[in-house]
Amino acid sequence: MDLNDIRAWYTVVLFVTFIGIWAWAWSGKRKARFEEAARLPLEEPDAPRPDKNKGDHHE
Amino acid sequence: MDTADTYNYKVVRQFAVMTIVWGIVGMLVGVYIAAELVWPQLNLDVPWLTFSRLRPLHTNAVIFAFGGSALFATSYYVVQRTCQTRLFSDGLATFTFWGWQLIIVLAAVSLPLGITSSKEYAELEWPIDLLIAVVWVAYAIVFFGTIVKRKVSHIYVANWFYGAFILTIAVLHIFNNLEYPVSLTKSYSIYPGAIDAMVQWWYGHNAVGFFLTAGFLGMMYYFIPKQAQRPVYSYRLSVVHFWALISTYIWAGPHHLHYTALPDWAQSLGMVFSLILLAPSWGGMINGMMTLSGAWHKLRDDPILKFLIVSLSFYGMSTFEGPMMSIKTVNSLSHYTDWTIGHVHSGALGWVGLVSIGSIYFLIPKLFGKERMYSVKAMEVHFWIATVGIVLYIASMWISGVMQGLMWRAVNDDGTLTYSFVETVKAMHPYYFVRFLGGTLFLSGMLIMAWNAVKTISGATPATATANQSA
Repeated sequence: MDLNDIRAWYTVVLFVTFIGIWAWAWSGKRKARFEEAARLPLEEPDAPRPDKNKGDHHE
Repeated sequence: MDTADTYNYKVVRQFAVMTIVWGIVGMLVGVYIAAELVWPQLNLDVPWLTFSRLRPLHTNAVIFAFGGSALFATSYYVVQRTCQTRLFSDGLATFTFWGWQLIIVLAAVSLPLGITSSKEYAELEWPIDLLIAVVWVAYAIVFFGTIVKRKVSHIYVANWFYGAFILTIAVLHIFNNLEYPVSLTKSYSIYPGAIDAMVQWWYGHNAVGFFLTAGFLGMMYYFIPKQAQRPVYSYRLSVVHFWALISTYIWAGPHHLHYTALPDWAQSLGMVFSLILLAPSWGGMINGMMTLSGAWHKLRDDPILKFLIVSLSFYGMSTFEGPMMSIKTVNSLSHYTDWTIGHVHSGALGWVGLVSIGSIYFLIPKLFGKERMYSVKAMEVHFWIATVGIVLYIASMWISGVMQGLMWRAVNDDGTLTYSFVETVKAMHPYYFVRFLGGTLFLSGMLIMAWNAVKTISGATPATATANQSA
Protein backbone atom coordinates (compact mmCIF):
# COMPACT_ATOMS: atom_id res chain seq x y z
CA MET A 1 0.00 0.00 0.00
CA ASP A 2 1.62 3.26 -1.04
CA LEU A 3 0.99 6.71 0.31
CA ASN A 4 -1.79 7.44 -2.20
CA ASP A 5 -3.81 4.46 -0.98
CA ILE A 6 -3.59 5.82 2.53
CA ARG A 7 -4.71 9.23 1.28
CA ALA A 8 -7.67 7.70 -0.55
CA TRP A 9 -8.74 5.65 2.47
CA TYR A 10 -8.29 8.66 4.75
CA THR A 11 -10.74 10.58 2.55
CA VAL A 12 -13.25 7.72 2.78
CA VAL A 13 -12.84 7.54 6.57
CA LEU A 14 -13.45 11.29 6.92
CA PHE A 15 -16.51 11.08 4.68
CA VAL A 16 -17.98 8.18 6.64
CA THR A 17 -17.22 10.03 9.90
CA PHE A 18 -19.12 13.05 8.63
CA ILE A 19 -22.13 10.94 7.64
CA GLY A 20 -21.88 9.36 11.10
CA ILE A 21 -21.98 12.78 12.79
CA TRP A 22 -25.01 13.66 10.72
CA ALA A 23 -26.82 10.43 11.64
CA TRP A 24 -25.88 10.94 15.30
CA ALA A 25 -27.22 14.50 15.33
CA TRP A 26 -30.46 13.58 13.59
CA SER A 27 -31.19 10.50 15.70
CA GLY A 28 -34.37 10.71 17.75
CA LYS A 29 -32.47 9.77 20.92
CA ARG A 30 -30.68 13.11 20.86
CA LYS A 31 -33.85 15.21 20.61
CA ALA A 32 -34.53 15.78 24.30
CA ARG A 33 -30.87 16.44 25.10
CA PHE A 34 -30.57 18.94 22.26
CA GLU A 35 -33.74 20.75 23.26
CA GLU A 36 -32.36 21.11 26.77
CA ALA A 37 -29.04 22.38 25.42
CA ALA A 38 -30.75 24.86 23.09
CA ARG A 39 -32.50 26.47 26.08
CA LEU A 40 -29.23 27.09 27.94
CA PRO A 41 -28.85 30.75 26.91
CA LEU A 42 -32.49 31.45 27.82
CA GLU A 43 -32.68 29.75 31.20
CA GLU A 44 -29.42 30.85 32.78
CA PRO A 45 -29.61 32.09 36.36
CA ASP A 46 -28.01 35.45 37.03
CA ALA A 47 -25.36 34.13 39.38
CA PRO A 48 -23.28 31.02 38.87
CA ARG A 49 -24.32 27.90 40.71
CA PRO A 50 -22.41 27.61 43.99
CA ASP A 51 -19.65 25.05 43.99
CA LYS A 52 -21.01 21.91 45.67
CA ASN A 53 -17.59 20.94 47.04
CA LYS A 54 -17.13 24.22 48.86
CA GLY A 55 -20.69 24.33 50.15
CA ASP A 56 -23.24 27.06 49.63
CA HIS A 57 -21.42 30.12 51.01
CA HIS A 58 -22.11 33.77 50.27
CA GLU A 59 -20.06 36.87 50.91
CA MET B 1 -19.57 41.84 45.26
CA ASP B 2 -16.87 40.34 43.11
CA THR B 3 -16.53 36.85 44.52
CA ALA B 4 -16.52 33.23 43.46
CA ASP B 5 -20.32 33.35 43.55
CA THR B 6 -20.52 35.99 40.82
CA TYR B 7 -19.41 36.06 37.24
CA ASN B 8 -16.19 37.82 36.28
CA TYR B 9 -17.65 40.79 34.42
CA LYS B 10 -14.62 43.03 34.93
CA VAL B 11 -12.60 41.52 32.10
CA VAL B 12 -15.71 41.45 29.88
CA ARG B 13 -16.28 45.15 30.57
CA GLN B 14 -12.65 45.95 29.74
CA PHE B 15 -12.69 44.09 26.44
CA ALA B 16 -16.16 45.43 25.51
CA VAL B 17 -15.06 49.04 25.95
CA MET B 18 -11.80 48.43 24.07
CA THR B 19 -13.77 46.89 21.20
CA ILE B 20 -15.33 50.30 20.58
CA VAL B 21 -12.04 52.16 21.08
CA TRP B 22 -10.01 49.93 18.74
CA GLY B 23 -12.88 49.84 16.26
CA ILE B 24 -12.67 53.61 15.94
CA VAL B 25 -8.85 53.61 15.72
CA GLY B 26 -8.69 50.80 13.15
CA MET B 27 -11.47 52.19 10.99
CA LEU B 28 -10.01 55.70 11.18
CA VAL B 29 -6.73 54.35 9.76
CA GLY B 30 -8.79 52.56 7.10
CA VAL B 31 -10.57 55.77 6.12
CA TYR B 32 -7.23 57.59 6.04
CA ILE B 33 -5.63 55.12 3.64
CA ALA B 34 -8.81 55.12 1.54
CA ALA B 35 -8.38 58.90 1.36
CA GLU B 36 -4.73 58.43 0.38
CA LEU B 37 -5.85 56.42 -2.62
CA VAL B 38 -8.09 59.33 -3.67
CA TRP B 39 -5.61 62.08 -2.73
CA PRO B 40 -2.11 60.54 -2.75
CA GLN B 41 -0.57 63.75 -1.35
CA LEU B 42 -2.05 62.80 2.03
CA ASN B 43 1.02 60.72 2.83
CA LEU B 44 2.64 64.14 3.38
CA ASP B 45 6.00 62.64 2.35
CA VAL B 46 6.27 61.10 5.81
CA PRO B 47 7.45 57.45 5.54
CA TRP B 48 5.25 56.15 8.39
CA LEU B 49 2.17 57.74 6.86
CA THR B 50 2.55 55.91 3.55
CA PHE B 51 -0.14 53.50 2.39
CA SER B 52 2.26 50.55 2.50
CA ARG B 53 2.90 50.98 6.22
CA LEU B 54 -0.56 52.08 7.33
CA ARG B 55 -2.40 49.32 5.44
CA PRO B 56 -1.09 46.49 7.66
CA LEU B 57 -1.79 48.72 10.67
CA HIS B 58 -5.41 49.05 9.48
CA THR B 59 -5.87 45.30 8.90
CA ASN B 60 -4.21 44.31 12.17
CA ALA B 61 -6.18 46.92 14.12
CA VAL B 62 -9.61 46.01 12.78
CA ILE B 63 -9.08 42.22 12.78
CA PHE B 64 -7.05 41.63 15.94
CA ALA B 65 -7.71 44.75 18.04
CA PHE B 66 -11.39 45.42 17.24
CA GLY B 67 -12.45 41.88 16.26
CA GLY B 68 -10.15 40.30 18.83
CA SER B 69 -11.46 42.42 21.71
CA ALA B 70 -15.03 41.64 20.65
CA LEU B 71 -14.20 37.92 20.66
CA PHE B 72 -12.49 38.06 24.07
CA ALA B 73 -15.39 40.03 25.57
CA THR B 74 -18.17 37.87 24.19
CA SER B 75 -16.43 34.52 24.68
CA TYR B 76 -15.67 35.30 28.34
CA TYR B 77 -19.28 36.39 28.84
CA VAL B 78 -20.88 33.50 26.97
CA VAL B 79 -18.71 30.77 28.46
CA GLN B 80 -19.49 31.94 32.00
CA ARG B 81 -23.22 32.31 31.45
CA THR B 82 -23.78 29.07 29.54
CA CYS B 83 -21.51 27.05 31.86
CA GLN B 84 -23.06 28.82 34.89
CA THR B 85 -19.72 29.23 36.56
CA ARG B 86 -17.12 31.96 37.05
CA LEU B 87 -14.04 32.14 34.78
CA PHE B 88 -11.40 29.53 35.56
CA SER B 89 -8.81 32.10 36.62
CA ASP B 90 -9.28 35.83 37.24
CA GLY B 91 -5.53 36.42 37.22
CA LEU B 92 -5.01 34.79 33.83
CA ALA B 93 -8.05 36.58 32.42
CA THR B 94 -6.60 39.92 33.55
CA PHE B 95 -3.28 38.89 32.00
CA THR B 96 -4.98 38.21 28.64
CA PHE B 97 -6.52 41.69 28.70
CA TRP B 98 -3.34 43.60 29.41
CA GLY B 99 -1.23 41.27 27.27
CA TRP B 100 -3.55 41.77 24.30
CA GLN B 101 -3.51 45.56 24.76
CA LEU B 102 0.30 45.53 24.89
CA ILE B 103 0.42 43.51 21.65
CA ILE B 104 -1.87 46.03 19.96
CA VAL B 105 0.27 48.97 21.09
CA LEU B 106 3.45 47.19 19.91
CA ALA B 107 1.77 46.60 16.54
CA ALA B 108 0.72 50.24 16.33
CA VAL B 109 4.33 51.31 16.86
CA SER B 110 6.23 48.68 14.87
CA LEU B 111 4.12 48.58 11.70
CA PRO B 112 4.34 52.31 10.86
CA LEU B 113 8.10 52.07 11.50
CA GLY B 114 8.22 49.55 8.65
CA ILE B 115 9.08 46.59 10.92
CA THR B 116 7.34 43.66 9.24
CA SER B 117 7.78 39.98 8.43
CA SER B 118 5.81 40.80 5.23
CA LYS B 119 3.35 37.93 5.69
CA GLU B 120 -0.15 39.30 5.15
CA TYR B 121 -2.20 39.43 8.40
CA ALA B 122 0.89 38.03 10.18
CA GLU B 123 3.18 41.03 9.69
CA LEU B 124 4.24 41.36 13.32
CA GLU B 125 7.85 40.45 14.03
CA TRP B 126 9.02 37.54 16.12
CA PRO B 127 9.18 39.08 19.62
CA ILE B 128 5.53 40.15 19.26
CA ASP B 129 4.66 36.73 17.80
CA LEU B 130 6.06 35.11 20.95
CA LEU B 131 4.00 37.41 23.15
CA ILE B 132 0.87 36.58 21.13
CA ALA B 133 1.54 32.86 21.63
CA VAL B 134 1.86 33.31 25.42
CA VAL B 135 -1.31 35.40 25.72
CA TRP B 136 -3.19 32.98 23.48
CA VAL B 137 -2.21 29.98 25.60
CA ALA B 138 -3.43 31.87 28.68
CA TYR B 139 -6.70 32.58 26.83
CA ALA B 140 -7.07 28.87 26.02
CA ILE B 141 -6.45 27.92 29.67
CA VAL B 142 -9.06 30.40 30.93
CA PHE B 143 -11.64 29.36 28.33
CA PHE B 144 -11.23 25.58 28.45
CA GLY B 145 -10.68 25.67 32.22
CA THR B 146 -14.09 27.33 32.54
CA ILE B 147 -15.64 24.65 30.30
CA VAL B 148 -14.11 21.94 32.51
CA LYS B 149 -15.56 23.42 35.74
CA ARG B 150 -19.02 24.03 34.21
CA LYS B 151 -22.10 23.40 36.36
CA VAL B 152 -24.30 22.13 33.54
CA SER B 153 -23.86 18.91 31.59
CA HIS B 154 -24.07 20.44 28.10
CA ILE B 155 -21.39 22.44 26.37
CA TYR B 156 -23.56 24.95 24.52
CA VAL B 157 -22.88 25.16 20.76
CA ALA B 158 -21.55 28.74 20.96
CA ASN B 159 -18.72 27.42 23.15
CA TRP B 160 -17.83 24.79 20.54
CA PHE B 161 -17.35 27.54 17.98
CA TYR B 162 -15.35 29.73 20.39
CA GLY B 163 -13.29 26.68 21.39
CA ALA B 164 -12.50 25.74 17.76
CA PHE B 165 -11.51 29.35 17.10
CA ILE B 166 -9.12 29.50 20.07
CA LEU B 167 -7.52 26.12 19.37
CA THR B 168 -7.11 26.57 15.62
CA ILE B 169 -5.74 30.11 15.86
CA ALA B 170 -3.07 28.83 18.26
CA VAL B 171 -1.97 26.18 15.75
CA LEU B 172 -2.13 28.55 12.76
CA HIS B 173 -0.26 31.34 14.50
CA ILE B 174 2.54 29.13 15.74
CA PHE B 175 3.18 27.24 12.49
CA ASN B 176 2.87 30.22 10.15
CA ASN B 177 5.26 32.27 12.28
CA LEU B 178 8.09 29.75 12.55
CA GLU B 179 10.99 31.98 11.58
CA TYR B 180 14.75 32.51 11.96
CA PRO B 181 15.41 35.75 13.84
CA VAL B 182 18.38 37.67 12.45
CA SER B 183 17.92 40.67 14.76
CA LEU B 184 15.39 41.92 17.27
CA THR B 185 13.29 43.42 14.49
CA LYS B 186 13.88 41.08 11.53
CA SER B 187 13.27 37.40 10.89
CA TYR B 188 12.90 35.10 7.91
CA SER B 189 10.36 32.30 7.46
CA ILE B 190 11.73 28.78 7.85
CA TYR B 191 9.67 27.62 4.84
CA PRO B 192 11.06 27.92 1.31
CA GLY B 193 9.32 29.32 -1.79
CA ALA B 194 5.96 27.84 -2.72
CA ILE B 195 5.75 25.97 0.61
CA ASP B 196 6.01 29.29 2.42
CA ALA B 197 3.20 30.64 0.23
CA MET B 198 1.03 27.61 0.99
CA VAL B 199 1.64 27.82 4.76
CA GLN B 200 0.94 31.56 4.64
CA TRP B 201 -2.45 31.08 2.94
CA TRP B 202 -3.31 28.02 5.00
CA TYR B 203 -2.90 30.51 7.85
CA GLY B 204 -4.46 33.43 5.97
CA HIS B 205 -7.65 31.77 4.92
CA ASN B 206 -8.16 30.10 8.26
CA ALA B 207 -7.67 33.45 9.95
CA VAL B 208 -10.82 34.24 7.95
CA GLY B 209 -12.39 30.85 8.70
CA PHE B 210 -11.66 30.62 12.39
CA PHE B 211 -10.86 34.11 13.68
CA LEU B 212 -13.39 35.99 11.53
CA THR B 213 -15.99 33.25 11.17
CA ALA B 214 -16.04 30.50 13.82
CA GLY B 215 -15.56 32.96 16.69
CA PHE B 216 -18.28 35.27 15.42
CA LEU B 217 -20.61 32.31 14.80
CA GLY B 218 -20.18 31.68 18.52
CA MET B 219 -21.58 35.19 19.03
CA MET B 220 -24.43 34.47 16.65
CA TYR B 221 -25.43 31.28 18.46
CA TYR B 222 -25.65 33.06 21.79
CA PHE B 223 -26.78 36.62 21.12
CA ILE B 224 -29.46 35.95 18.47
CA PRO B 225 -31.39 33.41 20.60
CA LYS B 226 -30.87 35.67 23.62
CA GLN B 227 -32.12 38.85 21.97
CA ALA B 228 -34.97 37.08 20.14
CA GLN B 229 -35.79 35.24 23.39
CA ARG B 230 -36.23 31.93 21.63
CA PRO B 231 -33.92 28.93 21.24
CA VAL B 232 -31.90 28.49 18.09
CA TYR B 233 -33.96 27.21 15.14
CA SER B 234 -32.31 23.76 14.99
CA TYR B 235 -29.79 22.55 17.52
CA ARG B 236 -28.94 19.41 15.53
CA LEU B 237 -28.28 21.56 12.47
CA SER B 238 -25.86 23.57 14.61
CA VAL B 239 -23.96 20.36 15.44
CA VAL B 240 -23.61 19.41 11.76
CA HIS B 241 -22.86 23.08 10.95
CA PHE B 242 -19.97 23.03 13.39
CA TRP B 243 -18.25 19.86 12.17
CA ALA B 244 -18.83 20.59 8.49
CA LEU B 245 -17.53 24.16 8.77
CA ILE B 246 -14.35 23.41 10.68
CA SER B 247 -13.40 20.36 8.64
CA THR B 248 -13.93 22.15 5.32
CA TYR B 249 -12.40 25.56 6.02
CA ILE B 250 -8.98 24.16 6.80
CA TRP B 251 -8.51 23.08 3.13
CA ALA B 252 -9.63 26.24 1.35
CA GLY B 253 -6.39 28.26 1.58
CA PRO B 254 -4.92 27.42 -1.86
CA HIS B 255 -7.60 29.48 -3.61
CA HIS B 256 -5.43 32.49 -2.70
CA LEU B 257 -2.72 31.04 -4.94
CA HIS B 258 -4.51 30.27 -8.22
CA TYR B 259 -2.23 30.43 -11.26
CA THR B 260 0.93 30.65 -9.14
CA ALA B 261 3.87 28.27 -8.58
CA LEU B 262 1.65 26.20 -6.27
CA PRO B 263 1.01 22.74 -7.86
CA ASP B 264 -2.18 22.65 -9.93
CA TRP B 265 -3.71 19.81 -7.91
CA ALA B 266 -3.41 21.88 -4.73
CA GLN B 267 -5.09 24.84 -6.44
CA SER B 268 -7.97 22.64 -7.63
CA LEU B 269 -8.30 21.08 -4.17
CA GLY B 270 -8.55 24.56 -2.64
CA MET B 271 -11.19 25.52 -5.18
CA VAL B 272 -13.31 22.40 -4.59
CA PHE B 273 -13.25 22.79 -0.81
CA SER B 274 -14.11 26.48 -1.16
CA LEU B 275 -17.16 25.51 -3.23
CA ILE B 276 -18.21 22.92 -0.64
CA LEU B 277 -17.95 25.65 2.03
CA LEU B 278 -21.12 27.23 0.68
CA ALA B 279 -23.15 24.42 2.29
CA PRO B 280 -22.07 24.78 5.95
CA SER B 281 -21.91 28.58 5.63
CA TRP B 282 -25.47 28.84 4.40
CA GLY B 283 -26.64 26.13 6.80
CA GLY B 284 -25.36 28.29 9.66
CA MET B 285 -26.83 31.47 8.22
CA ILE B 286 -30.25 29.86 7.77
CA ASN B 287 -30.09 28.45 11.30
CA GLY B 288 -29.46 31.94 12.70
CA MET B 289 -32.10 33.65 10.62
CA MET B 290 -34.80 31.04 11.13
CA THR B 291 -34.38 31.51 14.88
CA LEU B 292 -36.55 34.57 14.29
CA SER B 293 -39.23 32.59 12.47
CA GLY B 294 -42.60 33.47 13.96
CA ALA B 295 -41.09 36.54 15.61
CA TRP B 296 -40.07 38.63 12.61
CA HIS B 297 -41.99 41.60 14.01
CA LYS B 298 -39.25 41.94 16.64
CA LEU B 299 -36.95 43.20 13.88
CA ARG B 300 -39.11 46.29 13.42
CA ASP B 301 -38.27 48.05 16.67
CA ASP B 302 -35.22 46.23 18.01
CA PRO B 303 -32.01 47.74 16.60
CA ILE B 304 -29.84 45.03 18.24
CA LEU B 305 -31.72 42.34 16.32
CA LYS B 306 -31.39 44.45 13.18
CA PHE B 307 -27.60 44.48 13.57
CA LEU B 308 -27.50 40.73 14.24
CA ILE B 309 -29.83 39.63 11.47
CA VAL B 310 -28.47 41.98 8.78
CA SER B 311 -24.97 40.77 9.70
CA LEU B 312 -26.19 37.29 8.74
CA SER B 313 -27.44 38.63 5.39
CA PHE B 314 -23.98 39.98 4.67
CA TYR B 315 -22.51 36.68 5.87
CA GLY B 316 -24.71 34.86 3.37
CA MET B 317 -23.73 37.26 0.61
CA SER B 318 -20.01 37.05 1.18
CA THR B 319 -20.04 33.26 1.65
CA PHE B 320 -21.76 32.96 -1.72
CA GLU B 321 -19.36 35.41 -3.32
CA GLY B 322 -16.28 33.72 -1.83
CA PRO B 323 -16.84 30.25 -3.31
CA MET B 324 -17.71 31.88 -6.64
CA MET B 325 -14.47 33.87 -6.61
CA SER B 326 -12.50 30.72 -5.78
CA ILE B 327 -13.49 29.17 -9.13
CA LYS B 328 -10.31 29.41 -11.15
CA THR B 329 -11.86 31.07 -14.21
CA VAL B 330 -13.66 33.67 -12.08
CA ASN B 331 -10.51 34.14 -10.03
CA SER B 332 -8.52 34.90 -13.19
CA LEU B 333 -10.69 38.00 -13.50
CA SER B 334 -11.12 38.93 -9.84
CA HIS B 335 -7.70 38.22 -8.34
CA TYR B 336 -5.45 41.21 -7.57
CA THR B 337 -8.36 43.59 -8.30
CA ASP B 338 -10.57 45.72 -6.05
CA TRP B 339 -13.25 43.04 -6.28
CA THR B 340 -11.30 41.18 -3.60
CA ILE B 341 -11.28 44.30 -1.42
CA GLY B 342 -15.06 44.61 -1.88
CA HIS B 343 -15.56 40.95 -0.97
CA VAL B 344 -13.42 41.23 2.15
CA HIS B 345 -15.30 44.30 3.36
CA SER B 346 -18.70 42.77 2.74
CA GLY B 347 -17.55 40.11 5.20
CA ALA B 348 -15.59 42.40 7.51
CA LEU B 349 -17.95 45.38 7.80
CA GLY B 350 -21.17 43.52 7.04
CA TRP B 351 -20.72 40.28 8.95
CA VAL B 352 -17.96 40.72 11.55
CA GLY B 353 -18.61 44.43 12.12
CA LEU B 354 -22.39 44.31 12.48
CA VAL B 355 -22.53 41.13 14.57
CA SER B 356 -19.90 42.56 16.95
CA ILE B 357 -21.66 45.91 17.21
CA GLY B 358 -24.99 44.19 17.91
CA SER B 359 -23.43 41.98 20.58
CA ILE B 360 -21.63 44.89 22.25
CA TYR B 361 -24.87 46.91 22.30
CA PHE B 362 -26.42 43.91 24.05
CA LEU B 363 -23.57 43.68 26.55
CA ILE B 364 -22.87 47.30 27.54
CA PRO B 365 -26.10 47.91 29.52
CA LYS B 366 -25.95 44.43 31.09
CA LEU B 367 -22.33 44.87 32.18
CA PHE B 368 -22.82 48.35 33.62
CA GLY B 369 -26.10 47.71 35.43
CA LYS B 370 -28.41 49.59 33.07
CA GLU B 371 -31.66 48.47 31.56
CA ARG B 372 -30.82 49.54 28.03
CA MET B 373 -28.47 51.74 26.03
CA TYR B 374 -28.78 55.48 26.73
CA SER B 375 -30.32 56.16 23.32
CA VAL B 376 -32.19 53.53 21.31
CA LYS B 377 -32.72 56.15 18.60
CA ALA B 378 -28.94 56.54 18.24
CA MET B 379 -28.58 52.78 17.78
CA GLU B 380 -31.17 52.96 15.03
CA VAL B 381 -29.27 55.82 13.35
CA HIS B 382 -26.01 53.87 13.74
CA PHE B 383 -27.58 50.85 12.06
CA TRP B 384 -28.72 52.78 8.98
CA ILE B 385 -25.52 54.82 8.62
CA ALA B 386 -23.44 51.65 8.86
CA THR B 387 -25.60 49.76 6.37
CA VAL B 388 -25.55 52.56 3.80
CA GLY B 389 -21.79 52.85 4.32
CA ILE B 390 -21.27 49.14 3.64
CA VAL B 391 -23.41 49.22 0.50
CA LEU B 392 -21.49 52.22 -0.87
CA TYR B 393 -18.19 50.52 -0.04
CA ILE B 394 -18.86 47.13 -1.61
CA ALA B 395 -20.82 48.37 -4.65
CA SER B 396 -18.03 50.80 -5.60
CA MET B 397 -15.38 48.11 -5.20
CA TRP B 398 -17.38 45.61 -7.27
CA ILE B 399 -17.66 48.05 -10.17
CA SER B 400 -14.09 49.23 -9.82
CA GLY B 401 -12.72 45.68 -9.48
CA VAL B 402 -14.56 44.10 -12.39
CA MET B 403 -13.66 47.09 -14.58
CA GLN B 404 -10.03 46.83 -13.51
CA GLY B 405 -9.92 43.11 -14.31
CA LEU B 406 -11.55 43.60 -17.71
CA MET B 407 -9.18 46.45 -18.61
CA TRP B 408 -6.14 44.37 -17.61
CA ARG B 409 -7.10 41.48 -19.85
CA ALA B 410 -8.25 43.52 -22.88
CA VAL B 411 -6.00 43.00 -25.90
CA ASN B 412 -5.91 44.56 -29.36
CA ASP B 413 -6.07 42.56 -32.60
CA ASP B 414 -2.29 42.63 -32.85
CA GLY B 415 -1.95 41.12 -29.37
CA THR B 416 -0.82 44.27 -27.54
CA LEU B 417 -2.55 45.40 -24.33
CA THR B 418 -5.44 47.83 -24.92
CA TYR B 419 -4.88 49.76 -21.69
CA SER B 420 -1.77 50.84 -19.86
CA PHE B 421 -1.71 50.28 -16.09
CA VAL B 422 -2.12 53.97 -15.36
CA GLU B 423 -5.30 54.09 -17.45
CA THR B 424 -6.87 51.52 -15.10
CA VAL B 425 -5.81 53.59 -12.09
CA LYS B 426 -7.41 56.69 -13.61
CA ALA B 427 -10.64 54.79 -14.33
CA MET B 428 -10.82 53.60 -10.70
CA HIS B 429 -10.39 57.08 -9.21
CA PRO B 430 -14.11 58.02 -8.84
CA TYR B 431 -14.89 54.67 -7.20
CA TYR B 432 -12.10 55.24 -4.69
CA PHE B 433 -13.94 58.39 -3.65
CA VAL B 434 -17.23 56.49 -3.20
CA ARG B 435 -15.39 53.89 -1.13
CA PHE B 436 -13.93 56.69 1.02
CA LEU B 437 -17.48 57.99 1.60
CA GLY B 438 -18.73 54.50 2.54
CA GLY B 439 -15.88 54.02 5.00
CA THR B 440 -16.47 57.47 6.50
CA LEU B 441 -20.13 56.62 7.08
CA PHE B 442 -19.25 53.33 8.80
CA LEU B 443 -16.72 55.14 11.01
CA SER B 444 -19.32 57.83 11.87
CA GLY B 445 -21.59 55.05 13.10
CA MET B 446 -18.85 53.90 15.46
CA LEU B 447 -18.50 57.44 16.82
CA ILE B 448 -22.24 57.50 17.54
CA MET B 449 -21.80 54.17 19.31
CA ALA B 450 -18.96 55.55 21.43
CA TRP B 451 -21.07 58.54 22.47
CA ASN B 452 -23.99 56.28 23.30
CA ALA B 453 -21.75 53.95 25.32
CA VAL B 454 -20.19 56.82 27.29
CA LYS B 455 -23.66 58.15 28.10
CA THR B 456 -24.81 54.69 29.16
CA ILE B 457 -21.78 53.95 31.29
CA SER B 458 -21.35 57.32 32.98
CA GLY B 459 -23.08 57.45 36.34
CA ALA B 460 -23.94 53.77 36.17
CA THR B 461 -22.99 51.30 38.86
CA PRO B 462 -21.14 48.26 37.50
CA ALA B 463 -23.29 45.14 37.51
CA THR B 464 -22.19 42.11 39.45
CA ALA B 465 -25.08 39.87 38.46
CA THR B 466 -26.48 38.58 41.70
CA ALA B 467 -29.39 36.22 41.95
CA ASN B 468 -31.92 38.87 42.97
CA GLN B 469 -31.23 40.98 39.88
CA SER B 470 -33.40 40.44 36.83
CA ALA B 471 -31.64 39.22 33.68
